[in-house]
This record gives sequence, structure tokens and C-alpha cells, in this order.
Amino acid sequence: MRATVDGNEAAVTVAYHTNEICAIFPITPASPMAELADTWSASGRPNIYGSVPTVVEMQSEGGAAGALHGALQGGALSTTFTASQGLLLMIPDMYKIAGELTPTVFHVAARSLAAQGLSIFGDHQDVMAVRQTGFALLGSSSVQEAHDLAAVAQAATLRARVPFVHFFDGFRTSHELNTIELLSEDDLLTLVPEELVRAHRARALSPEHALIRGTSQNPDVYFQARETVNPFYAQVPALVEQSMEALAERCGRRYHIVDYAGHPEAERVAIAMGSGAETLRETVAYLAARGERVGAVTVRLYRPFPGEALLGVLPQTVRRIAVLDRTKEPGSFGEPLFLDVLGVVAEASTRNERVAMPEVIGGRYGLSSKEFTPAMAAGIFAELATARPRRRFTVGITDDVSGTSIPYGALDIEPAETLRAVFFGRGADGTVGANKNTIKILGTRRYAQGYFVYDSKKSGSETVSHLRFGPRPIKAPYLVEKAGFVGCHHFGLLGRQEVLARAAPGAAVLLNCSQPPERVWETLARSIQERILEKGLSLWVIDANRIARELGLGERINTILQACFFSISGVLEAGEALDRMKEAIRKTYGRRGTKVVEANLSAVDRAVEQLARVEIPDEATSTFELPPLVPDSAPQFVKAVTAVMMAGRGDELPVSALPPDGSWPSGTAAYEKRNISDLVADWDAQACIQCGNCSFVCPHSVLRAKFYDRRRLADAPPGFRSAPLNARGLPDTRYTLQVSVEDCTGCALCVEACPVTAPKDPTRRAINLTWRDDVVAAERRNAAFFETLPDAERPRVDFGTVRGTQFLTPLFEFSGACAGCGETPYLKLVSQLFGDRAVIANATGCSSIYGGNLPTTPWTTDAAGRGPAWSNSLFEDNAEFGLGLRLAADHHGARARARLAELKDQLGPELVSAILEAPQRSESELAAQRERLAEVRQRLLALSIPAAIELQSLLEYLLRRSIWIVGGDGWAYDIGSGGLDHVLASGRDVNVLVLDTEVYSNTGGQASKATPLGAVAKFAAAGKAVEKKDLALQAIAYGSVYVARVAMGADPQQTLRAFREAESFDGPSLIIAYSHCIAHGIDMRDGLDQQHRAVASGSWPLLRYDPLLRANGENPFLLDSPRPRIPLEDYTSRELRYSMLATSDPAEAERLAALARDAVRLRWETYEEMATRPAHRFPADARKER
Amino acid sequence: MDLSTSYLGFRLKNPVVASASPLSRTVEGVRQLADAGVGAVVLSSLFEEVLEAEARRHGALVEAGSERFAESLTYFPEAALADAAPRRYLSLIERASSAVAIPVIASLNAVTPAGWTTYARQMQDAGAVAIELNFLPSLPVEDEVSGRVIEERQLEALRLVKAVVSVPVAVKMNPCYSAAGEMARRFAAAGADGLVLFNRFLCPDIDPQALAVVPSGGLSSPADGRLPRAWIALLRRRLTISLAASSGVEGPDDVAKHLLAGSDVVMTASALLRHGPEYAQVLLGGLCAWMASKGFSRLEELRGLLAAEAR
Ligand SMILES: Cc1cc2nc3c(=O)[nH]c(=O)nc-3n(C[C@H](O)[C@H](O)[C@H](O)COP(=O)(O)O)c2cc1C
Repeated sequence: MRATVDGNEAAVTVAYHTNEICAIFPITPASPMAELADTWSASGRPNIYGSVPTVVEMQSEGGAAGALHGALQGGALSTTFTASQGLLLMIPDMYKIAGELTPTVFHVAARSLAAQGLSIFGDHQDVMAVRQTGFALLGSSSVQEAHDLAAVAQAATLRARVPFVHFFDGFRTSHELNTIELLSEDDLLTLVPEELVRAHRARALSPEHALIRGTSQNPDVYFQARETVNPFYAQVPALVEQSMEALAERCGRRYHIVDYAGHPEAERVAIAMGSGAETLRETVAYLAARGERVGAVTVRLYRPFPGEALLGVLPQTVRRIAVLDRTKEPGSFGEPLFLDVLGVVAEASTRNERVAMPEVIGGRYGLSSKEFTPAMAAGIFAELATARPRRRFTVGITDDVSGTSIPYGALDIEPAETLRAVFFGRGADGTVGANKNTIKILGTRRYAQGYFVYDSKKSGSETVSHLRFGPRPIKAPYLVEKAGFVGCHHFGLLGRQEVLARAAPGAAVLLNCSQPPERVWETLARSIQERILEKGLSLWVIDANRIARELGLGERINTILQACFFSISGVLEAGEALDRMKEAIRKTYGRRGTKVVEANLSAVDRAVEQLARVEIPDEATSTFELPPLVPDSAPQFVKAVTAVMMAGRGDELPVSALPPDGSWPSGTAAYEKRNISDLVADWDAQACIQCGNCSFVCPHSVLRAKFYDRRRLADAPPGFRSAPLNARGLPDTRYTLQVSVEDCTGCALCVEACPVTAPKDPTRRAINLTWRDDVVAAERRNAAFFETLPDAERPRVDFGTVRGTQFLTPLFEFSGACAGCGETPYLKLVSQLFGDRAVIANATGCSSIYGGNLPTTPWTTDAAGRGPAWSNSLFEDNAEFGLGLRLAADHHGARARARLAELKDQLGPELVSAILEAPQRSESELAAQRERLAEVRQRLLALSIPAAIELQSLLEYLLRRSIWIVGGDGWAYDIGSGGLDHVLASGRDVNVLVLDTEVYSNTGGQASKATPLGAVAKFAAAGKAVEKKDLALQAIAYGSVYVARVAMGADPQQTLRAFREAESFDGPSLIIAYSHCIAHGIDMRDGLDQQHRAVASGSWPLLRYDPLLRANGENPFLLDSPRPRIPLEDYTSRELRYSMLATSDPAEAERLAALARDAVRLRWETYEEMATRPAHRFPADARKER
Repeated sequence: MDLSTSYLGFRLKNPVVASASPLSRTVEGVRQLADAGVGAVVLSSLFEEVLEAEARRHGALVEAGSERFAESLTYFPEAALADAAPRRYLSLIERASSAVAIPVIASLNAVTPAGWTTYARQMQDAGAVAIELNFLPSLPVEDEVSGRVIEERQLEALRLVKAVVSVPVAVKMNPCYSAAGEMARRFAAAGADGLVLFNRFLCPDIDPQALAVVPSGGLSSPADGRLPRAWIALLRRRLTISLAASSGVEGPDDVAKHLLAGSDVVMTASALLRHGPEYAQVLLGGLCAWMASKGFSRLEELRGLLAAEAR
């Protein structure tokens, strides 16, 4: 059967149907495999042996591997899906599984490892890091192979008893849609017959035939025992070959563990694994057809390394070999595939099994999904033809530091019959969905391929869809470079160089534009006009936004543009294409009711009617150019590096442009000015009561308040708004709330938080949304002037009130988080209150992505250059990482204090005692300490003794440092739970902030142990059936931890108090912050209201636990929210995560809802009881006075 | 005292029927109503437009976060995708019907022909013993559509439903027809097994202090019973189909009055919402006491006693 699926689906289709247990943990890009398995399991789909596989989500990949090991020892066919760090966490179990000769297949969407930076994209670093575990490694180079070899791996592992990693390239293959032939149930049963399953089951641990495994062995036998497995490994290559042969017999697709393609008398050969091998093969076919004596070797079985097979396929004529590794091993002699090939060839030559020893060179390519194109492949063959090829090289980058990179030109090997199209869209507009739909529509008639490139931001993100259609299977695992059709779905995107760069000469360009066709040309910048003329492009326009608005489709312009594509591209005869589209619309939208269907059907008709071709003059007429991406005033690095990345041209940056150790400058988000929202916040100076609520909740830090002497206004641009400062005794002081409209996402949380309504108009607040186009020019000027106004002096700000905090400059701004994000306001608050002395350890997750995903990042510095120093170590180790930062600071601090005491007389006894005894709690005390330290620094300059020099380097540690450990619930409740627990028990002064969205947000909504009872999430599709873990109570049990549960939307003042108390508490603090999230299935504008409801219903009681109170004989447990006063349903029914269960399984929804109500009541009663206990009934903080 | 009556062909143990309201939106609510002794329950209506709006909202929320960031191409399990199927309502019918011994009547307000037929059919399949068609007054958005057209649509809907279900079908009329009597007769002619007189339009209110439109509590007062009572008295002897009175029941007297006018059953929503489901017992107790005081021992003796003569 033919189907158009992506690599993940191709692999999991086989894995699911040939296994009994799947133990998983979400990780990009492998998560979709686990999610599909879960969906199938939840719907009762059986495997080929007739049972429905069990899918369990574990707390980490380590946990998944452990569960898997157990399941395998229990005799069940078991599998997992993972990548990258996840695979690394499985290594200990992998040794065990292999050591015990246990058959299993791990399906890996191969991905980069976090080194100088994390990357979610594809390469082979992860699989190469397990090549020594004893697992066999089998690599697929296409979507079809990911399907076929999944079956081969399963068949081979059960025969060989050697466990397998079956891998394919993350994103490039895992997320590429391609038309493939699916194996039938019978095919699978033939390949993996039931006898094999029974043999595996018979090896299970069983009290009926008891034995022990996992002994501890001693010097006498361990070694020999380790050697016992050799015969099993020896037969793996043959068994894999046999399975491949069996597959070929069933379905005609023939693979070998090592395959050769190309000229039979090739002199130059390149060797690779994964999707790069497919590009190599295709390029070689092209070059060989033109007479070049070149060949390509695809290594499919990588472990056990099939040396013999490799020698068998290498033509004797080969003189030079380039081995391509999609990985990097700094400091090695070469990357692993290269070493293996070199070793095999060298051994064969020295043993005279080959006539001549070819020259073998090794190169790296494609790290982190860097493109690997036919041009690069040809470049490698060219390098092999040079007099002295580089021994080690890289391809695809410009390495101007070590000179490793080889040059390559341009090469288009794609057959003319392939229709290539590229679409530039925005996340919100449905472009990707429409393209997937197009592929489904055409996939039955032609072969199709789709690959989608997403942006690094979650709000206002851009998407690029690369589509190919043709009469034959499409083998082109690289982006479309010469598109015959380019869809530019937003006028603003046309400024991206990539848009027209990807157009082939004579291509059709479809532009969504509000201008009528006759006016379009004049609105184009000169360079764009020139490009269009140069390439002889035809230009088509449609005003899709207007049509969508008229039809009530909102931002979803996808149907309209899809219809235009079908009309222009001729991929199908137009009438037929539109009929099929309409059919698809009825199918896709039918379940949403007639209105949606009708609107979309009309969208098709109107699109066809209104699509127009633009008359293109003979020459460029435009007199204006695109504005520069970043202002001239930006720092050099931003101009030279960041701006290039922002323009989508980061691939062009040479090695020397990048920092070698992963350290990047802060505060680059401020230069991006993304202008992503048509609606932006607009302040009403007259109505405003200056309460600060709006700027407090603003997730994007676009609302800034300042007060200043009114004489300053003399220089203000016209239209700059201000009001008298709402404070007694300061008649000459003005107040301004400035909106950075170019950074505003239009989320409207400010409007929702505003407590006042404008006089005479109940629909307006003191802050409202307005059209960006109407205000942007003026507000840009206003913002620039606002910048020149002085920041409030921190000691003059009232840190204790929400109103006061609006005057503190946020040192976290303009992140790419979702519009209306519920997490970022908390981080902004940390940055305002403590940012100038904070170090932040950030667990991987949403906050590490919007916090640290290049090209631009939001953590920034104040006027003095101070600000949060931020780092992300891993997902699982964040609490420990933060603790380490604390230990270092404490150690340095102690050393500094000792040195300072030693130098007391030289530096002035008074100053030294003042420093050593400084309380450093309030902002003025901190300011005073800074002054003292500056003074000491001066005085130290006069001393050149070693102690003074050392003290200079440690002085900063005498200012109280604020260590923050930040992460989501996936980290705190699941994967990092053990570490967090340990760190909370350490007694050290760290501040833990859990941004609790009650679900894994960054990887797309998988259940965590924070997911509440009754909520639906991935891996809890039937509703979570276990109560949320009460992390607060667990921490309270230690007695030495400050604990708070907060919800800014319900009680901002309590939030503020909790943050300040937590930070000032000299010991571990834990703040659990309710963070509304797009994964809750809410209109994000309602986020704050939902927080309020969560608290009012008792679902999220606000509390603080302060060990200092206990020490003073008071009750340390403070219940900060009133008794539940609305039914739980008034909160839950407004969120899709709850209401969807009522739609899909009403009876179960009611059952869980009743239990959830009970749980809320119970918890409330427990808390209420705790709030009235005497102090001595809580554990004492046993730490010594510190 | 024999309070039994018949309605839509069922024998009910008494004439007090809980009409559609939030009380009959859950199985638990229906159970409480049954425990309180009502003769039958009409479930809160299924509104096609609400169902579609929910599915649209649901779909939009699922879409809102999807396909924009490489790590989170979706946020919800596929099993939970948007769907306008009335599963929740059907499940309510199923579970409520098996939870109680009294008849459970479903109530439908659809807007499309397909909606009327599909949902009515599904309701019957889920175990509804009868279906009430809830026709709401046409809203001002339709101010260009003539009354006759709207009446025709309602009759058509009734015919469509009758054609696809075998259970009895009642029509809940609203009082806003130019000729309610004629309309009642046309409904009867089109196959209605019973008429419920009348629904009330829950008009929102305006709060002059907050300058805002606010929902009205919407509970009736005894005076609201006069209009349906007058019509029932007028129609009783002219129509042979079941008649249910709805509106204005606050105490047992109001029940008695509706019965005397000729209704087969007396429906109540406001009184039960105001005093709780248990209040049905008070109504029934009061009815018995009044009957005893007047010397009635069977409901039949008094029903329609004061109905108008047929002309
Ligand atoms: C809150 C509320 C909800 C109602 N929901 C429905 C409904 O879903 N379907 C319906 O046909 N009538 C509905 N009604 C109307 C009642 O069933 C009843 O016909 C009307 O309120 C008059 O009766 P009463 O005076 O006893 O309240 C509702 C009434 C109220 C007060």
C-alpha cells in the first residue's frame, strides 16, 4: 500500500506492530513516534500478533531504558523511541541489555548533542555515542528505509539476540513527508514470525524456571564471560543480510548492509550513512552518467562493522576514498566511520587482500541538520581529484579558522519532471497544514515530498515549506533550491532574501498582499524588483487576509493560498485539483460543523476568482530600499553576526565569526523589532491610575514605566504621552508608560489586567489594543525618547508593591515565547528584582528555548552592563547545576572574606568590617555594599601583595549573589525530580522557580506528574488518572525550605512577596508558579482570568511556608488564598485540556471531575488544618546559624 | 390519591415534570429530580449551534499552537481532535435513562435539516423515550425573514424529525406567534404528539451602573403562568394531542391551576432551580392536599375542568 508519511511514522508503524511494550520519554525529534504509538494503543489497535501494545511514559529516558530492560527480561517484545540526550541517558541500560543478549530495537531519530550549545536538529552524534555499548547499529537513509529497515532490525535482533539501534536522520528523515510503500501485516509476519517471539518469551525471568542474571563477577571470570558473546556478534551481518533478502523477496525493495552505487570502475568513492548517503547516491548516478569514475558506498549496518562486506563492494579500481561522518569527535584521529573504513582498508591492504591501499580521507558534514546537497557531494569528489586532498575536511561550511572546509559550486541534479515549490508562511496562518494537505491530496496520484522548516521563536514564527511532486519516488533529502513555484504568504516576508533566492528562473511567485494588482509593483523595494526581473519571474497576487476576514476565517489564510497554488502551478488539471481540495475540506473540517466547511469552500472559489497576475514592467522603477535589519547603533557583533542570522543567512557565517566556547552576548532580542502583531498595546494616560498591573503581567516586557522631572518633556517628540505622577509631594514629576510597539505581540494580557475602565466607554480600559500601523512611526520616536529618560534609582523604588516594581527595568525582554506566555512574567520579575546580581541555571524546556534560542536572546543588562548571567546545562541536571553555581560562589565568597579580613589593616578596618557585616537584604543595603566594594577595589590597586591580587579577583563575591534555578514541571516533577529533591535538602541558598504549566510544553503537551487529575494530555489521552504531585508539601516536609505557591494572575502582590521572601531566605527556596500555557487549550488572552479561577476554585491554593516564622515560634504555613468560592468546573470547563474529555468520553470525564472535586476539597482541608497548627508541629530548620 | 396521568402516550405516576434546565444537564441532576418524585424529566436541550460553536472553538484552540515550532507541532493527543458529535449529550441520555425509572425526554434545538434529523435519530438510539423540539423565538438577526417562513421552517423540522424517529415528539412552542392557536393546530397536523406551552425567552438585562449587558436570572414568577394557561384552556378541547403547561409554577396552586385549565402535565424549571430539586415533593404534597380538600381522589377528575368550550 502506498502512503505519504514522515520518517517517524514510517518507523513507528513497524515498531508498534511488532512490539508489546513501548517505554518512552518525550524528546525532539523522536516524540511523534511515541505519540503515534500512544494514540494507536489508546484506540485499541492490535499489533501483528493480536495484542494491543502497552505504552508507558516514564520520568526520563533513563527511566524508560530501565523499564524497557525489565520488560525485556520479562520476555515482552519491547521498544523505545528516542534521540540525543535521551539516548545518552539510556547508555547504562544499553550495556546491560546487550550484555545479556537481549533482543530489542531502539528507534532513534538521530540528533545533535548539547555541547557548546543545544541543538534539536539532526546528526549522528547521539548514535555514535552508543556504538560501544554492544548494540548493533542500523541506519536508514530515507523515509522508505526507515520503514523497511525498522522491520529488518526487528527480524534480525530476534534472530541474533543482539539488540539494535535503528536510526535515521532527525528532522531530515524523521519529519520529511514522502510517498512510500507500506509493509503489510503479512509482510511483517513473514519477516518476524511468531516462533521468534516465543523464543524471546522463553528466555524471560520466571520463578517456574528460576535463574539469576545480573551477577557480580570477579577477576577470575568477568573477562572470559565478556568474550562469550563474540559468536553472536559474528553472525549479525549475515542475519541482517538474510532479513534484507527476505524483505526483498516479499516486496522487491532490495537493501544490503553495505551498498555500492556508481561507476563499476570507480576511482573515487565516497562513503556515508543516513540521508547523506542518499544524496551521495543520487549525485553519483548523475556524475557517473556523465562519465565520471565515481562511486558511493552506503553503510547501513554500522555495528557490528561489516568490514568484509565493505571490502566486497569497493571496486578494485578505487584510488581514493572520502568517508563522511555526520558527527564530531574533538581531539580524535578522525571520526568513527572514517576510522573504521580506514582500519578495514588498511588491514586488508597490509594483509595483501587488496592490491593497493587507497588513500582514505575523512570529512564532517551536516551537523545539526546543516544542508548536505548534491553540490557538496560533487565538491567532495572534486576534492578527491585534487593532487593532494585534505586528509580531514569539512563540507557545507566555511572554516576560516582551521581551514578544513572544501569548496563546492552549484549543482542541480533534479529531474525536470519534478515540480518544486516553496512556501513562506507564518505559524498562525496554517500554511504548513495546508501543504501537508496538498501532499495528501497529490500523494495518491503522484509521488510527493514535504519538508518544513520552522523558526526559533514561538510567537510570530515563520515557516518555510519545501514541496516536491513527481511521477517517480523522490530522493532528494535537502531543501528545494530552485523552485518553480514560490508562495509568499505575507507581504513582509518578501524582504527575506531567501524568498526569491529559492525561485528558479521563470518561476511563478504568489504574493499575498493587500494592494490591488496594479499597485503591487510600486510597493516593492528596488532590490526585489531587480531580482524579479533578473530571474524573469511571474508575479501573482491575492488579498488572502481580506477574503479570510470576510469569511470569518481569521488568520487562517491557508485554504485561499492553497487554491491559488493549485490554480497557478498546474500540478493537477485545475478543475480536478479544486474538486479534490473541496473534498479534502469537507473531510478535514466536516467535524467542525457546516459553517467552517462552507467558509472554506467559499474561500476556494473566491481565491480562484480574485487571483490576479501582476503586469511587470521592463525595468525596476522603485526608489526605495529595504531598511537594514538592525540599527547602525547596534554593537559590532550584532551587526556582523546576529543580524546575518536574523536575515536567515547564518549558513554563510564562517567559523571565525562564532564564539568558540558557547558564550554569546546578552540582550540581542532588543535589536530584532519583529513587528509580529497587527494589534498592539496603547496607553490611555488620562484613564490610567498607574497601578503597574499591566507592566507586571506583560510577558514580553514591552510596557515600561518611568517617572521623571517634567522639565524633561521639553525635548519630547510631539505626541509623547505623560501624566502627573500619582504620588503625593511630587507635583513636578511626570509618569509615562511607554509601549515598545515593535516588540508587542498583541496578547492583550495588559488589557485584561487593567483594573479601570475608561470614562463613558465601558469597553475600553486604560490600556487597549490598537492597530500597529497607525501608531508605529510615532511610538518608535516616543520609545527612543523614553530611553533617554533616567531609570529609577533602585533604592528609591518601593520593591514591596506591584506598583513599585513597574519602575524596575526588566532585564528579560522581547523573548520569542508564545504571545501571552504565562511563564515569562515571572522571569521578568526575577530579572527586575534581582537581575543585576543573579546567575540563572535554566533547565531545558520552553524557558531555555525562549531564553536561549539563537539568533536573539532576551536576557539583557542594565545601563551599568550588569544583568542575569544565564546558562542552560541539561534537562535532567538543572538543580544540581544551579547548586554548583552556588557552591562556587560560596567558596569564592568565603575565600574573599578571609582575604579581606587578612588585609583589614591595609584596607581600613572600618571599611572591612562594614563589608563583612553588611546585611545586604534591602536594595539600599546592597547599593551601599556595592559602593564599599568599589572603594576596596580602588584601595587594593595600591597593594601589590599576592593576597590583594587574589582579593581583586574575588571581590564580586562579597555582594550577595542570587542563584536561581529555573525550569518547567517536566524538569521539576519528572526528569529532574531526584536532583531537585537533593538540592532542596542541601540547605544551600538557592532559589528554585518552577514554571508549572502542568504539562511538557516545549515538546508539545505530554503529561507530567504535574498534570492534574482529569486533564487530558499526550500519554493521558483518556484523562490523567492520578492526582498531581504536591511538590510544595514534599518540600515543606524538610523544614528548612522556603516554599511558595503563586499565581500572578490571581494575586500579583502575593507573588511579589513570595519572590522577595524566597530570595532573601538564606537557604533553599522553592516557588511553584502557575503558568497558563497554550497547551491548556485556552485563548491566551484569558490566561490571567484562568489563573484567578484556578485559585478561586481551590485547584491552585496560594501558600507560603517560611522556616523563619517557625524559628520565631509562629506558624510557618500561610494559606494566602481564601476558601474555594467557585465550583471547580467554572475553572476547568474553560480549558480544552479538561473539556475535551467531556467531548470524547463524557462518563469518564464526569467520574474524574468528581474525583478532582474531592481531591481539591481534601487538599484544602489539609492546608487549612496546617494553617492553624502551632509552630512546633512543623519540622525545625536544623541547619546551624549561617 | 391517584395522581397518574398520561403524556405523549406514557403513563406517568404524577403530572409534575421537570422541564429543561441546568438541573437536567447531568446524570446526578436527573437522579435528584427523580428522587424528588417528579413524573418525568426533560433534559436540558442540545443546541446545534452551541455544539458547532464548541467544535469550532475546540478546533481553533487545537490549531492555535500547532505547526509553528519544530519541537511542538501539536499540543494535544490526536484522539482528542475537534469534533461536533454530541457525544456528551447522548451519553447523558444513556446514563440518565438507565439511572432512573421515570421517562427521560430529550430536547433538541437544531438549525439545519441535517441537524434536526441526525441528532433526533441519535437521541432515540441513545434511549430517549421521547423528543421535545425546542423552537426558540427568532432573533433580530433574522429581521428580514417573515413569520410565515419561520413557521414553515419549524413545521418542516417537525416533519423531518417525525420521519426519522418512532418515539413520540413534542413541540415546545414559544409564545411569540401572531396566531399561536393556529400554529398549535398546524403542529398537531404535522404530527406533533404533544405541545409544551410555552418556552420563555431568557432576555438579558442591562446594568446601568456598570454600563454593561448582564444575563438575567431568568426565573419566572406565578404571573408568567397566565399566558400558557389561557392557551391551554383554549386549546384543550380542540386538540387531542398531549398538552404540557410550562411557565410560572411556584407553588402547588399553580400546578392545580394548569391542570384545571387542561394540561396533561405541568412542567417546572424556575421553582426547582429556586428551591432545589427536592421542592418537587412540596409541589406534589401540596397538590394532594388541595385535591383532598376539594374531594378529588384522581387527577382525571379535575384535569380540564375549567377548559374553554370547543366552538
Ligand atoms: C436557566 C434556565 C435554562 C433553561 N434551559 C432550557 C433548555 O435548555 N431548553 C428548553 O427547552 N427550555 C429551557 N428553559 C426553559 C424552561 O424549561 C421553562 O420552559 C421556562 O423556564 C418556563 O418554566 P418555569 O416558569 O417553570 O421556569 C430554561 C430555563 C431556565 C430558567
